[in-house]
Amino acid sequence: MCALCGVLLSDHWTERGGARARAFRVRLVNRVLAYYGLSLDDWSGAVYTLRDKKGAAAVVSDLGSLWTEAERMAGRPLDPLDPELVAALGDSRG
Amino acid sequence: MAEGLPVAVITGALGSGKTTLLRKLLAHPGMGETAVLVNELGEVGIDHHLLRQVDERTVLLASGCLCCTMRGDLADELRELLSRRDRGDVPPFERVVVETTGLAEPAPILHTLLAEPVVKHHFVLETVVATVDAQHGLARPEAVRQAAAADTLVVTKADAAGPDEVVALERELGRLNPLAQILEVSFGDVDPARLFAGASRGRSRDPTSLRLLRSEGSGENENHSHQDVEAFALAVDGELDWAAFGVWLTMLLQSRGADVLRVKGLLNVGAAGPVLLNGVQHVVHPPEHLDSWPDGDRRSRLVFIARGIGRAEVEASLTAFQRAARS
Repeated sequence: MCALCGVLLSDHWTERGGARARAFRVRLVNRVLAYYGLSLDDWSGAVYTLRDKKGAAAVVSDLGSLWTEAERMAGRPLDPLDPELVAALGDSRG
Repeated sequence: MAEGLPVAVITGALGSGKTTLLRKLLAHPGMGETAVLVNELGEVGIDHHLLRQVDERTVLLASGCLCCTMRGDLADELRELLSRRDRGDVPPFERVVVETTGLAEPAPILHTLLAEPVVKHHFVLETVVATVDAQHGLARPEAVRQAAAADTLVVTKADAAGPDEVVALERELGRLNPLAQILEVSFGDVDPARLFAGASRGRSRDPTSLRLLRSEGSGENENHSHQDVEAFALAVDGELDWAAFGVWLTMLLQSRGADVLRVKGLLNVGAAGPVLLNGVQHVVHPPEHLDSWPDGDRRSRLVFIARGIGRAEVEASLTAFQRAARS
C-alpha cells in the first residue's frame, strides 16, 4: 500500500463518511476514468473492480493502487494536469 | 492521533555542516536526552547520548510504486531502539535525531517515519532540518529536494562566504522553499528550541508555515526557479470538497509525485478549522484538523514546490475536479 492511500485514505477519508462517501468517490473517479476508457465498480464496499472496454478487469483495494493499475491498463500516465482531461471534465459537467 | 516519540531529521549536502550542527546541539543543555542515528560513527562523539549507526539500505516493496520505497535500515534501527529502551539496555530518551548522508533522498526517510506500521505507531516526525553551506549553496539535485522538504533551512559557514553571497543565498532559499524558516548559524551554535518544536506542537502550530500560508495565499505567483524548481501559492474561494481533493491529489502524486517536491496547505473543508496538509513528493503526513483558523481568511491555501509544473495548470486542474464533484 502506498503512503498516500495508506496514511491519507485508510486512516481518514474512507472512514470519514462511510458508504455514502465511498459511493461519491466512485462516481467522481468514474468521471475521470471515462476519459481513459476505464471504469470502476465498488465490490461489496470492500474493494473495487477496474475495467477497460476490452473486458480486462483488475481488483484494487484503494485509490493509490487504483491509479497505478489504471495507468497500466490505459497504457499511459494518468496526469490530472493534462489540459484535455481538464477540458473533458468541464464538458461533461451537468 | 497518539503522541509518539519525536524524530527530527537533519539532512543536507556532504560538507554542509550537518555533523557540526548535530555535535553542538547534543552538547546544548536545552537538548535533552537524545538517541542519534547516523551513517558514520565517530564524528559526532558525544558519549552520553545514544548513538547508533545506520547502513543506508533502501527497500523497494513488492508492489513497487515509487512512494513505497522504504528505508528498511531506518525502520530496523528505530525498532531496535525501542526494544533496547524497553529492556532497559539504554536510558530513556526524549527524541531521536536522524542524520542522513549528503546524498540521501528525503522522501523514503519520511515515508518510513510516516507509514512503516511499527515506526508510525511509536514515533512522530517532528521536523526536517536541512543544512546549506553558504559558499556552495544547493549544487546538486538531491540537495534541492532536501531543502524543499525542510521545515528549517540552516545556512552554515556564513563566516567563510561574503555577506552579499549569504544574502543572495538566503533570498534564493526563501524563493525555493517559502515554507521553511531560515536560520544563519555559525559553528553549529543554535538553541535547539529554534529547531525542534516538540512532538505535540509539531506541524499544526508551526508559526512559520501558518504565517506563510497567510501571506502567500494571495494567489500571486512567486515564479522563480532553481534547477527548474518553482514555488507557487494558490488560494481557492469557498469550501473545498474533501473527497474530490483526495481523488485529485492521489492522482497528481501518482503521476507527478517525483516533481512535487513539497505541498503544504490549509484547506477549508467546511469544518470549524482548516485541515493542514503537508506532503513531500509521494509522501503525505496524516492530514491534521485544526481547531481554528489562524486569521479571518477562510480560503483554502496551497503552496507547491514543484519542478516543471506551473501554477496555472495546477489551479485549472484542481478547479475542474472540484466542479466535477459538484455537478
